[in-house]
Amino acid sequence: MAQFELTLNGRTVKVTVANEETSLLAVLRDAFGLVGTRFGCGLEQCGCCMVLIDGAPQKSCAKPIWSVAGKSITTIEGLGTPEHPHPLQQALLDEQAGQCGYCLSGILISAKALLDRSPSPSRAEIAQALDDNICRCGSHNRILRAVEKAAAMQREATR
Amino acid sequence: MTAPAAPLTGALAEHPALDQWVAFPAPGKITVRTGKVEIGQGVLTAMLQLAAEELDVAPQRIAISSGDTDFTPNEGFTAGSQSMQFGGVALRQACAEVRALFLQHAAERLGCGIADLSIADGRILRHGAPTAEDYWTLAATVRLDVKATGAAPRKPAASYDTVGRSAARLDLPAKVFGAPAFIHDMTLAGVRHARPVRQPRRGATIGTIDEAAIRRAARGEIEFVRHGNFLAIVGDDETAVEAVAAQTHATWHGVEPLNPLQQQAASLLQQPTIDRTVGAPPSEAAGRANHYEATYSRAYLAHASIAPSCALAEFREGHLTVWTHAQGVFPLRAALAQSLGLEAKNISVRHVQGPGCYGHNGADDVAADAAIIAMQKPGTPIRVRWRREEEFAFEPVSPAMVVKVRAALDDAGRPSDWTAEIWSGTHSARPGSGNLLGAQALPHPPPDYPPADVPDGGAVRNGTPLYAISAKRIIHHLVPETPVRTSALRGLGAMPNVFAIECFIDELAERAGEDPVQYRLAITSDPRARAVIERVAKMSAWQAGLPAGTGRGRGIGFARYKDRAAYAAVVVELEVDETIRLARMWCAADVGLAVNPDGAINQLEGGMIQSASWVLKEQVRLETTGIASRDGETYPVLRFSEVPQITVELIEGATDVPLGAGEATASPTAAAIGNAVAHALGTRLRDLPLTRERIMATLLSSEWRVANGDANYSLFATHYSPSRPRLSRPMPRETSVARCGSRGRRPGARRNGRRAAWRRASPCGRGRGWSSGTSWRG
Repeated sequence: MAQFELTLNGRTVKVTVANEETSLLAVLRDAFGLVGTRFGCGLEQCGCCMVLIDGAPQKSCAKPIWSVAGKSITTIEGLGTPEHPHPLQQALLDEQAGQCGYCLSGILISAKALLDRSPSPSRAEIAQALDDNICRCGSHNRILRAVEKAAAMQREATR
Repeated sequence: MTAPAAPLTGALAEHPALDQWVAFPAPGKITVRTGKVEIGQGVLTAMLQLAAEELDVAPQRIAISSGDTDFTPNEGFTAGSQSMQFGGVALRQACAEVRALFLQHAAERLGCGIADLSIADGRILRHGAPTAEDYWTLAATVRLDVKATGAAPRKPAASYDTVGRSAARLDLPAKVFGAPAFIHDMTLAGVRHARPVRQPRRGATIGTIDEAAIRRAARGEIEFVRHGNFLAIVGDDETAVEAVAAQTHATWHGVEPLNPLQQQAASLLQQPTIDRTVGAPPSEAAGRANHYEATYSRAYLAHASIAPSCALAEFREGHLTVWTHAQGVFPLRAALAQSLGLEAKNISVRHVQGPGCYGHNGADDVAADAAIIAMQKPGTPIRVRWRREEEFAFEPVSPAMVVKVRAALDDAGRPSDWTAEIWSGTHSARPGSGNLLGAQALPHPPPDYPPADVPDGGAVRNGTPLYAISAKRIIHHLVPETPVRTSALRGLGAMPNVFAIECFIDELAERAGEDPVQYRLAITSDPRARAVIERVAKMSAWQAGLPAGTGRGRGIGFARYKDRAAYAAVVVELEVDETIRLARMWCAADVGLAVNPDGAINQLEGGMIQSASWVLKEQVRLETTGIASRDGETYPVLRFSEVPQITVELIEGATDVPLGAGEATASPTAAAIGNAVAHALGTRLRDLPLTRERIMATLLSSEWRVANGDANYSLFATHYSPSRPRLSRPMPRETSVARCGSRGRRPGARRNGRRAAWRRASPCGRGRGWSSGTSWRG
């Protein structure tokens, strides 16, 4: 048994795991019930499990829990709610940017990290920032449009 | 009701009882039921729109129940772009019947004629004025356990309010806000996690199991469940069972090694086949002097769903309940009943959304795994989620295909007789035509199915062109023994067939010295087909006669999916230097009645992108032990920065008949890419995927060098030198002008010994105006 403390969506939390090699993804989903971070491959290849770790987008499926002790984790649940959606969430809904939607949590996290560091990204920059995320259904163009739109919404809001 | 009874459509014919489709559970609420399921295509949103329209209620009043063997009609599989065309039409008629019954009862209660009444958001109006009645005041007296008559009038398309308008997807908010949305997110009290140790082949028997090694590898307590040659490990903690690559700790008897060369489509030609001919009888025209032939192929493809398959099952008091993301809950129930020795009435199968499947992936098999384990541990809910590697290794793949097209040509160079010879493994091993994997390892495995393809067209789907050709036939060679299990992937045989047909049509156009768009229009009589071809040409500012071999190319592809669903024409613009880079794609489609136009466009777009991924990147690789491409590195798919801009337009038509759209664009897109690459290179690649290796091999072949001249060869050789930086500009146009004027360039024709035939045509086959003032748009 090992106990770790981390900041999860702005709250300090403690978690006890039987094995400290348990992945951050498994802890998020099983211990905290935050199933918005999806399991895609377990091989750090698809981006479904992306979370922000101290602000940087990282895949959580193969990241041992010990390696994030004391760090600040933001998951999709920390982005926005139906009542108060993040501009990226609103824009994805506006653009109907998704088909099966399994990839969207990870894409939202990658896109948030991009907009946090680059408020006016070009389409090519957005595409590059999302290259670590797989979308198999082919919603790419809608997603790119939505991120462009969210960037504009954010710029408008901060003007 | 005075209208004559009409034949019931779709699933309504098999399930005519209206209470199977519609219920009024509480004031202000309606439940509609469909056997079709949400697989990321937005079908439930469109179903709800159809129901709201015919029932005359606000969509918000309707809850939709789908894919549950206890509650919904049996509509088979959600597959083949049939959900709207058949399932939607059935639900629509059922709702119209229900509405008519309520109006009849309201008229009796109000003492007026039905014609005086109308419905607004569920309230009964008389001459447009409110009455005291609505659906819910009448619900207690209107019996819905009656059969549909087919006579109830449907709303005319002209007065549609909800249908035909883009509606936001019902399922999207949960996915955008990270709510539990998928079967992977589902849990049950006391659930235990399990992973099967997969039997490598039917008939293989377990040799040794290194239980100690497996326990060491697990990160916690696990136990073994064994039933015949079905073996699984079970534990409370998913991390513990996930950590075990148990496959490596078991040995099996009776496993023959594969020949990895069988990953090549061409290997099909050496296999025994079961042959049949479909279509026109053999004709003398086929043997006429002026004929042309070319052979195309496509490798095995994976579904490559973004997450591996998952299922939950519980066996309690003799009743098995299974939660699955499979495409057909009823067929799965039947297969489970047969495999597990249960009666179907003792099995409930409930659909829960999963990652997009695009066909028959591991969803059914993982459900069987969960069910088998659950029956060994009565009272314990079991959750099985395959590992990523297992999904790639054990899901059925789309069969490789070889398509040889042969046409006799008339004096104008147009096809008068057409033969497609198709080699393929089966496109269906779904429940009902193939066995569940886990079931094959049980002590008494169900008998194997005899080799067969999908009855309404697997390998032969879209096997002949829609064009006006007097005689068309298919020679179908079903290859019963394939190195790996094969089954349905989006479009089945349509993609390889349309790739072959539409590339071949371009080759014929070139021989005839005609522009590919004009050539197609000249042999197209169906006005809806003409409309999409003309529209996409307009959208893409198609120009006849752009020179070939410049490194930049444009191509068109057209098909009507299944010859009875949606029409789609696609234009692709791309550049070829080190690799193929897609620049733009355009699509014009006629999907008939677009119930949710934005949803239809989303599907059409998705099909184009997925097809581009298939064509440019995808092939299943084999090793002696099975499938070698088991992850995202060895089976890469298209990424964001590789996706081109896409424009899709729907042809508006006055129709109330929806045509299946979900699979309509994949095939013409593949062909358009093939034709664009041929245009860019000035030579044709006929084998998919269009990998860098294939491009290089083609360009470096002596045939191409002779056909295209050494000047071009040295340019491309420079182009393709791995040490050279990528050329960002297309090759100079003058080069191809000079070549075009002085030399021929039809290697396929030369190979065919028909040099004289194509010499007659303009040597610059792409016709008018190419040499001056041509320019690429945008």
